Amino acid sequence: MMFQTMFPRDIFAELERLQREVQQPFESGPNIRGFGRGGFPALNVGGTPQTVEVYAFAPGLEPSSLEVNLERGVLTVSGERPESLLASDEKAAVHINERFAGRFRRVVSLPDDVDPDAVTAQYRDGVLHICIKRRESAQPRRIAIQ
Amino acid sequence: MSDKTQVTQKDAPGRREAALLPPVDVIEDASGITLYADLPGVPKDKLQLQVDADSLTIEGEMALGTPQGMAASHAEVALPRYRRVFTLSKELDSEKIAAEFKQGLLTLRIPKAAHAQPRKIEVKVT
Repeated sequence: MMFQTMFPRDIFAELERLQREVQQPFESGPNIRGFGRGGFPALNVGGTPQTVEVYAFAPGLEPSSLEVNLERGVLTVSGERPESLLASDEKAAVHINERFAGRFRRVVSLPDDVDPDAVTAQYRDGVLHICIKRRESAQPRRIAIQ
Repeated sequence: MSDKTQVTQKDAPGRREAALLPPVDVIEDASGITLYADLPGVPKDKLQLQVDADSLTIEGEMALGTPQGMAASHAEVALPRYRRVFTLSKELDSEKIAAEFKQGLLTLRIPKAAHAQPRKIEVKVT
């Protein structure tokens, strides 16, 4: 059982490593904090003309244990995920241990035009969705010609 | 997200769509096996558990409800679905699997069949 499940995973890990190596020379991002891939929680970031949307994939948490901070354009998601393997039974054997456990913290630099007072955070199906509105003054406007 | 590229594959029968491999923890104790799987973004009605002979399949489709016209600028979760298959051994009682799904965390309890429960064997000294 263990080997059948482990082999495909190893191939995936190998592919991911290869992909990272190929991508690295092109990803000299302007962000000093970078976007460390492979951390917990995994992050997806997107934007619309009005908002910036951040999705943190952090399943199995109590919403109260999550902390979201926005300070000077830097968004921080932190918290702690309890260890599920703390078996009370001494005879218990751990066969696979892939899930993250412990304290975590991830940081995202937001664009300059976001409004720090218009942030909403929602935790649903194990995904923390943070929506930050862009400032009204930064919205594209059509200027009338006199 | 990458939904559009998957549509063509969906129509072809017998062909499986690309899916993420959800991370799991598997713990065995005297009375059975407990499996924890991380499936963030999957609502309860999009989770599929299937036991087929001796294999257990976990499948889930994400429903994030992203706003219309969103352009992704950074994606670590690149596919909208998960799939993972496990082979069950025959001392496990697949009829009595209990599942709980809460905030993207799936907990499965697979008990051992009654005849496979541990028994203490008396050693007689003659």
